Amino acid sequence: MPSQIVSLDVNGERREFIAAPGATLLACLRESLGLTAAKRGCAQGACGTCTVLVDGRPEAACLVAVETVAGSAIRTLEGVATGGDLDEVQSAFIDCFATQCGFCTPGMIMVAEALLDRDPDPSEADVIEAISGNVCRCTGYRPIVIAILEAARRRRERAVTR
Amino acid sequence: MTYRLAPIDTGAFAAERDGGDLTVIGSVVRRSDARGHVTGRTEFFEDVAPPRLAHLKMHRSARHHARIRDVDATEALAVPGVLRVLTHADVPNNLYTVLKLIGVQPDDEPVLAVDKVRYLGEPICAVVAETEAAALEGAARVKVAYDDLPPVFDVEEALREGAPLVNEYQGQNHFVYEGHHCRRIRFGDVREAFARADHVFEWRYQSAPIEQAPVETTGCVVVPQADGRLRIHSDTQACFFTLDNTALILGTPFNKLRIVGGTVGGGFGGKVDVVVEPIACVAAMAVDRPVKFVYDRAEEMQVSSPRAAERIYIKDAVMGDGRITGRQVTLYVDAGAYARHTPYGTTKAAAHLPGPYSIPNVWADCHCVFTNRTPSSAMRGFGVTIADFALESQMDRIARALGMDPLQLRLLNAYRDGDLKAHRKVAKGTALVEVIQKAAELAGHELPETYRRMSSTSREGL
Repeated sequence: MPSQIVSLDVNGERREFIAAPGATLLACLRESLGLTAAKRGCAQGACGTCTVLVDGRPEAACLVAVETVAGSAIRTLEGVATGGDLDEVQSAFIDCFATQCGFCTPGMIMVAEALLDRDPDPSEADVIEAISGNVCRCTGYRPIVIAILEAARRRRERAVTR
Repeated sequence: MTYRLAPIDTGAFAAERDGGDLTVIGSVVRRSDARGHVTGRTEFFEDVAPPRLAHLKMHRSARHHARIRDVDATEALAVPGVLRVLTHADVPNNLYTVLKLIGVQPDDEPVLAVDKVRYLGEPICAVVAETEAAALEGAARVKVAYDDLPPVFDVEEALREGAPLVNEYQGQNHFVYEGHHCRRIRFGDVREAFARADHVFEWRYQSAPIEQAPVETTGCVVVPQADGRLRIHSDTQACFFTLDNTALILGTPFNKLRIVGGTVGGGFGGKVDVVVEPIACVAAMAVDRPVKFVYDRAEEMQVSSPRAAERIYIKDAVMGDGRITGRQVTLYVDAGAYARHTPYGTTKAAAHLPGPYSIPNVWADCHCVFTNRTPSSAMRGFGVTIADFALESQMDRIARALGMDPLQLRLLNAYRDGDLKAHRKVAKGTALVEVIQKAAELAGHELPETYRRMSSTSREGL
């Protein structure tokens, strides 16, 4: 099977690249597009650090053959901050000390974005459920859960004042 | 759940300094690296993608213990995209030990196996290829003929007469400490203490190896520079330790290498051994291209060095009132097939005995033992953590056997400032008594008045 040109909408921009058959979305983002925020932790869909949003849904990019999502809208951590301004999830992660080594952070933030997009006022149990596929080995789950709840609060507050 | 946005320390220390120029403790200081982490801009080693990057994968031992009769790389070399298959003959100083930098000898571990494999997964051949897939295919096609040897997996079996010799460079199945078969402590007379004790309690404790399991696996990208130097992007926890050891293995001056690191996607001790960088450098020089060598998850779990398994026997002489008058410890640390950091870890275990207690008679033999298991090395308080598990379990069991409160038993035996420890050092700055008192208070655990009045700076109430 020959390589093919794949087109994706990545963080609001149309990007085209050549992908070998079976190339993963993760490999294409990192190697073809130079978007290295999503990380390879296990390459078997178990750790969640490669999570990106595919048409708004969090997916383990290491398990997605890129040709199966051709034409989709992909959102990565690089697309979260706008014009150098951090969004509520990013700033809450900083303020609540929800990062340590930083390797799980891209995946954690992306699942948080997907959660808050569909539910602006999640319960603690909802947050825990949302990050249940993401491994943090520095064991900072509690600050991460607190940060996501804090981000939700900030986002709701901003929505009211706007 | 509370938000950790207010000052962490609102106690006396912070209040006392309010308005002064010492403002860090008690205030929130943002992590300097957090902005990079939340924007995805922090550069981990694998985010480096130089042009013409080649990939290295290992062919690893399929045996626990065997002589290597033959290595045939013909089929591996025939895989499209395979550039080189490296063996021990390609490594300038193939035999090494990481702690040689602080004088630990002998060199006991090959970068690539020579005539023998000593643990399952030991590296034998490094396959360098255009793509990761070709490197994997090549590594799978290397053929090794083995003559099996009996393996030994148990520390006590390994020390028995007639046990298979694991590591010929060590010469016997234990590390030798300044001419002695183990790290020893001799303080007072434990035999006398056992003879006079009201009770003698002896129990055995053991632990399995524990993998650090960082989310980012161990790896590096080596980029040859125009001036002939090698730039190593690594997730090592120990940049200069890695640089120096790599230079010794390559037989090059230290200034031929440049290491770019310090960003570690979780280490916990598992990224201290110098394992991926030396062979990646050899490969980068051999193909004169950038080379990436990174463990997959299975390699991280199987061959990256875990916390050592330990077996610990503790025998205590105890008086009816709970005073421990003698403690004898026989401790075995499973180094696996090679020394790495375990001779040091075993010394740490010895240094930690008999725990934070003043015991007048102490005897300990701490053995660093070689077996045909994955070499163990550093992990979070290695040498100390498992010993603590054993020591504190022992304290609880003694308390239970005597029908005593476990905290009171500890307070009775806790070391105080001025006590002579088993290592002939005078204890100072001790705080176990106060820590236990505070923990009891926080947990709502009642202590009698005499125990609440005890102090680390006096022997009052004993």
